[in-house]
Amino acid sequence: MSGWHVIEGRAVALAQENIDTDQLIPARFMSAPRSTGYGGFLLHDARQDDTGHVLNRFAGTSVLVTRRNFGSGSSREAAVYALVDFGVRAVFAPSFGDIFAGNAVNNGLLPARLPAEEIEALIEALGSNDALARVDLNARQAVIGGHAVVFDLDPLWQQKLVNGWDDIDLTTQHQAQILQFRAARFAAHQWAAPTV
Amino acid sequence: MSAPQTLFAKLWAAHEVMQRADGMSLLWVDRHLVHEGSHHAFAKLAARGMAVAAPDLTFGVVDHYAPTRPGAVAPDIRRMIDTLGQNAAAQGIRLFDLRDPGQGIVHVVGPEQGLTLPGLLINCGDSHTSTHGALGALAFGVGATEVAHILATQTIWQRKPKVMRIMVTGALGAGVAAKDLALHWIAKFGADGARGHAIEYAGPAIDTMSIEGRLTLCNLSIEGGARLGLIAPDQVTFDYLQGRAFAPKGAAWDSAVADWRALRTDAGAVFDREVTIDASTIAPTVTWGTSPEEALPITGHVPDPALLAAGAQAQARATLDYMGLTPGMALAGVAVDEVFIGSCTNGRIEDLRLAAAVLAGRKSRVPGLVSPGSALVKRQAEAEGLAQIFVGAGLEWADAGCSMCVGMNGDLVAAGQRCASSTNRNFRGRQGRGARTHLMSPAMVAAAAVMGYLADVRPLLEGRV
Repeated sequence: MSGWHVIEGRAVALAQENIDTDQLIPARFMSAPRSTGYGGFLLHDARQDDTGHVLNRFAGTSVLVTRRNFGSGSSREAAVYALVDFGVRAVFAPSFGDIFAGNAVNNGLLPARLPAEEIEALIEALGSNDALARVDLNARQAVIGGHAVVFDLDPLWQQKLVNGWDDIDLTTQHQAQILQFRAARFAAHQWAAPTV
Repeated sequence: MSAPQTLFAKLWAAHEVMQRADGMSLLWVDRHLVHEGSHHAFAKLAARGMAVAAPDLTFGVVDHYAPTRPGAVAPDIRRMIDTLGQNAAAQGIRLFDLRDPGQGIVHVVGPEQGLTLPGLLINCGDSHTSTHGALGALAFGVGATEVAHILATQTIWQRKPKVMRIMVTGALGAGVAAKDLALHWIAKFGADGARGHAIEYAGPAIDTMSIEGRLTLCNLSIEGGARLGLIAPDQVTFDYLQGRAFAPKGAAWDSAVADWRALRTDAGAVFDREVTIDASTIAPTVTWGTSPEEALPITGHVPDPALLAAGAQAQARATLDYMGLTPGMALAGVAVDEVFIGSCTNGRIEDLRLAAAVLAGRKSRVPGLVSPGSALVKRQAEAEGLAQIFVGAGLEWADAGCSMCVGMNGDLVAAGQRCASSTNRNFRGRQGRGARTHLMSPAMVAAAAVMGYLADVRPLLEGRV
């Protein structure tokens, strides 16, 4: 995964709360290998039911503004793949599902938190159209449709997004320590090892 | 004397391999459970040319795509199951395959096989991994990138969540189950009410709750936004686990129980947040909308969007439109088209017993599917005569799997059909495109089957339990 500092693109609003992972990608698409591309699955049913859906009209969207509890529900990372493969790089919301937010950061997608009032102002400003957006990860600032905002983001996630860190490479540097931990744990707590 | 600690803090400390200066902890993973959906993670591992670091601590289960009814299996479903089999074989992972007598839903199999034990850290690429906390394990769901990381290193990086205690006083009434308690608190605090928190459930109503009930309660923690749910292990836990296939035996069992007795929150330990719920005030609860927070007592009425804040009205109207409900209508009496009993939330033997208690000697007015949570549950239900009750009532008795909770295996609710369901998510399209899901306890599903509409189970249970 490569890191990034600034996105310049187009933003749209999804004026809904609780957009869950089953909406983001219906389960029936999840057997597809990633190489097929997941962008077409993003909010598949909502987009098919409504040809005028904002994501149908603005296929070049890279920034979403939405209401609370975005990405709640399952741990399916496929929900993030659908967003990323569609071209989305940042989502602004008052809150995110915890597992979703972690998955997002692991795939270079920014889960940016803003107070509900600021989200409502952005949703109002965007309406059913798109607008220019610029997101600066280092400064934790964005300008969406002419509105400047400062967003909230865990500093660790900020670093990870900027650096494009891969955890497996980091962790394997500590392999000796991990093996020591395993040996000590099973020596002290024999029951912790499966018996069969 | 060290400062009083929460159960959560003790479990966290016991698994911390190291803590970085920036606050991230590297945690040791005692058990890693994988399923067909883990194919992305195995592919990531293969792309790096890495092997599974601890195959002896990794267990595979076929559940999400498991066929539950006889007949041809669609090629893409067969491929998902075969891919897990190939990955497990190549990496030396013990797999509970379709024909294994221990097969079932991963969150049912773990506890019943004794793979889930107090004090263990358990991860699985499935959000309902919170289930296993019912036995006093630190258990949480992870995404595919994290599954790959665990496969590669048997560890996971996490930032310590806050801890919330839900104290449940009083006792649940007759016909009121752990499911009702869960839907009640999620409706009260919101589907993101416990976001960023680990929940410990405690209090008299938890102490007297069966393991099956505790598993249901911890399972649904994620639907309230929590990272995980947790209940301190006690004699009920030890009695449940003793003799299970993978549980410790002999001297190891005794030393385990001695260790597990210390897994309790110390008196005076401080929580980031504490709430209290009086169990005696909870009625059988059903969802009316498309989020688990949209739940009400069965005696309630569908909310009127016109009474909501201006910004919330459009979505509420769209929800009622999707659900085919009108504002102000009584929930009791809403006609259902079909029923489903099963899932990692409510597919255990006690769930089937309660549903059967309602259905015994009665007929279902609508078609329905009963999918036990595991092959072991299925055999036990048949031995106890429960399966015969379901079949006698006109319901279909199927094999074990995630089945109609998520529909990946083809067990789907058709568009526009209304299903009374013992599952965990009433999300749009969850049980099938356009499906209308009402979440409730298995006993309440049985009541809906008998009446043909959403109904209070309590009168139907009089003299029966």
